Amino acid sequence: MKYIDEFRDGDVARKLAAAIASEVNPARRYRFMEFCGGHTHAISRYGIADLLPDNVRMIHGPGCPVCVLPIGRVDQAIALALAHGVIVCAYGDCLRVPASGGLSLLKAKARGGDIRMIYSCADAVALARQNPDKQVVFFAIGFETTTPPTAVAIKQAAALGLSNFSVLCCHVLTPPAIASIMEGADEQLQLDGFVGPAHVSTIIGSRPYEPFATRYRKPVVIAGFEPLDVLQAIRMLIRQANEGRAEVENEFSRAVDRDGNRKAQALMDEVFELRESFEWRGLGTLPYSARRLRAEFAGFDAEHRFALAYRPVADHKGCDCGEILRGIKRPQDCKLFGTVCTPENPIGSCMVSSEGACAAHYTYGRHKNA
Amino acid sequence: MPESRKNYLRPLDLKHGRVDMAHGAGGRAMAQLIDELFARHLGNEWLAQGDDGAVLPAPGAGRLVMATDSHVVSPLFFPGGDIGCLAVHGTINDVAVMGAQPLWLSAAFILEEGYPLADLARIVASMATAARQAGVPVVTGDTKVVERGKGDGVFITTTGVGVVPPGRELSGSRVQPGDAILVSGTLGDHGMAIMAGRESLGFESPIVSDTAALHGLIADLLASGADIHALRDPTRGGLATTLNEIARQSGVGMMLQEKALPISPPVAAACEFLGLDPLYVANEGKLVAICAQNDAEKLLTAMRSHPLGRRAAVIGSVHDDPQQFVQMATAFGGKRIVDWLTGDQLPRIC
Repeated sequence: MKYIDEFRDGDVARKLAAAIASEVNPARRYRFMEFCGGHTHAISRYGIADLLPDNVRMIHGPGCPVCVLPIGRVDQAIALALAHGVIVCAYGDCLRVPASGGLSLLKAKARGGDIRMIYSCADAVALARQNPDKQVVFFAIGFETTTPPTAVAIKQAAALGLSNFSVLCCHVLTPPAIASIMEGADEQLQLDGFVGPAHVSTIIGSRPYEPFATRYRKPVVIAGFEPLDVLQAIRMLIRQANEGRAEVENEFSRAVDRDGNRKAQALMDEVFELRESFEWRGLGTLPYSARRLRAEFAGFDAEHRFALAYRPVADHKGCDCGEILRGIKRPQDCKLFGTVCTPENPIGSCMVSSEGACAAHYTYGRHKNA
Repeated sequence: MPESRKNYLRPLDLKHGRVDMAHGAGGRAMAQLIDELFARHLGNEWLAQGDDGAVLPAPGAGRLVMATDSHVVSPLFFPGGDIGCLAVHGTINDVAVMGAQPLWLSAAFILEEGYPLADLARIVASMATAARQAGVPVVTGDTKVVERGKGDGVFITTTGVGVVPPGRELSGSRVQPGDAILVSGTLGDHGMAIMAGRESLGFESPIVSDTAALHGLIADLLASGADIHALRDPTRGGLATTLNEIARQSGVGMMLQEKALPISPPVAAACEFLGLDPLYVANEGKLVAICAQNDAEKLLTAMRSHPLGRRAAVIGSVHDDPQQFVQMATAFGGKRIVDWLTGDQLPRIC
């Protein structure tokens, strides 16, 4: 594949790995967190950890959209399908996220819920047009990457005057999640830097990370999702760490600039406002960390239309997803990992999507556990 | 009073007609559907016997191999094929990978009330063509009709019987450390053709299903004299699932070389776009062969000499591993597990 294979070139990778090996200071260790699930996936799928020196460790962060989705939100989507009889549309990897009562959207579907996997929220709008006698709800999840398309869908539904389309909005913001990690667990974590988000940064730009570099003295290198992007970003982080710098650098300059996509930002601001607080799986309740529909678009807000109350639900007692999402524990440190909790029967959300730290480690890396 | 015409039956309306409940009720309408549609396309001396079962000659030497497969594909017509030819190829391949010569097929149809007869005729005609080309007749069959909403148009179950000659032992449990792993061609074509054929995705691609009967290719491989330990067609779950099954059966580990995997650029691009892994995508006209290391080149040459094996490749090897992991050396220079498929492969959002 042209324009893709160039970023997966094994020969370049070996040279880059050799450069990294020559630049690390053997007397110290380096701990970097990749925030995004996309980076976690790339690291696992391409075996990037095998190319790094032993004293460089990558810690998987909370940037996997389905992993940070709390049980209570999935419960709401399931209730819409089972109790309110609506057609619930969701992205593929939401379907297996465990909810209360041993359910997931996939299991609710088997119990008669009309739940559809869609590839784009435009499909949900199309479904609403095709089924004028049914209510259609789009279960909108994800970070800033998936938020602008939801805004477009809502505006489209408004323009069409659709009275049977609404959105269960669970869109979250990246910077508050990073701040929560910087604030909360620094003692235990001892991070030396962050690999910053790829797709999210195309929307929000690199500017929002600047306070992290200045305030918490942590280097941030924004990187693309291809394996060479990740290796190069790690090299840049090692250099910053070696030189005692803490700056925001941009490896992904082919797609990200300082300001981001202003049109998409304006669209998000037009349709959404910030929630005062939102519960995240693993990170707890974070202020101003998620979006809801503005009053002008309240007619498209499923929480409003179906008078849904939010009920927080505690995670399984033995589940270490919270600590894993914050980087304090590794997947193999959780006593449920690979025993009770497997990709076939996920207990915690990190075991669901292949971007989740546990699923990625289980699927691609558990041969290294021994 | 006009005299009624004796034995006159208005022919099936194969243009605008639809399957109705009477077509499965065992009466005259069902007999008519069988005569005018199924027998017309699939007809042969065994079907013509018209009894409850086909009476077949007992094969001389060797052992019987029997395999069955239900087909529930959506959409029923896809680029490169349809459920009809797929139902023939799939079962022939299951018999053939056991080292057997496929001889006969049965076909059982579950039809949904309201399904257009014209489409059913296309499916049965395609099935007949596939069976004729393969030289494996459909010798017995069955039809049932379910109410509208209780089926998905057409489901077809085919069963195949074949004969494996004395002394030929192929099994997923015969694989040994040191063996070489080969595939007969590009991976993931069928699954991605199906995906692209689904309306909801709304993208166009030149990807065509690889659905094909493999018994001719397999006969050539067996004739090559290579010491083949196992053959299998990596259908649902793709290559990764098939190799994990064999690794477990034989209690071995495997190491694949990512660089050696034959994947066509459109399939690679479509998988990339949807966040899918081609190793888990279905094939319907490919086989995995595992043979003694010394015979790998011989087997590869035999594969590439057949039209269905032009893009064959040696993709890895078998080793001792009590954990029975299938691993892959990535083109990037690392290693990773190629695990069992979990549930259905679902696209990633980010």
